[in-house]
Amino acid sequence: MNTAVIILLAAGLFFFTGGSVGILRFPDFYSRLHPAGKCDTTGILFSLSALALYSLHDFSLQAVLTSLKILLIVVFIFITSPTATHAIVDAGVRAGLSPWAKEPDAEEDRT
Amino acid sequence: MDRVFLYSGIYLCLLMTLPLYRAALGPTVPDRMIGVNAIGSKTTVLLIIIGIIYKRVDMFVDIALAYATLNFITVLATSRYFQKRKGLYDYQRPPKKFPPEGSAH
Repeated sequence: MNTAVIILLAAGLFFFTGGSVGILRFPDFYSRLHPAGKCDTTGILFSLSALALYSLHDFSLQAVLTSLKILLIVVFIFITSPTATHAIVDAGVRAGLSPWAKEPDAEEDRT
Repeated sequence: MDRVFLYSGIYLCLLMTLPLYRAALGPTVPDRMIGVNAIGSKTTVLLIIIGIIYKRVDMFVDIALAYATLNFITVLATSRYFQKRKGLYDYQRPPKKFPPEGSAH
């Protein structure tokens, strides 16, 4: 059981690392939303399921209720994190933020 | 097993400095919102790890749930506020967007 907890926690931390490096290194606002939306959700799924599995260590009603609450957090994050990402990209689009292109000023020179 | 959670918490704290860079001096305002959202979702996990270290998971789970809700409401409110301000942060690639005066005819 400890091995499963450590493997799940390491997987969650791996996804968190990928998401953070992606947020830091992607060139554009719209492409930065991709690691921010996905890797955080998957990292929370893995690491919180590891912590829910660990809190079932001494089996009692209190431990089961705590694990159910942790899984409730996972369900809540799975609903709200894509919603938050969509709200951020909606704000960016409506404010007129231009996406990243390979030749940024080729079209401007032609006019 | 306690040591594993301690080192995971320390690693998660160190990992928060990367979105903090994006939140502190990101070039546009939605970049800052991305950084704040990433830090908040990492804090939700970190709170439960702190609860396991102090052996009070039943209390810290409620704090983590409240923090997740607060993070979601914060991002929604800031995005609804900033989407009404057109042209507030259109300063991507400033040297190419604003050519020098000699080149314009």
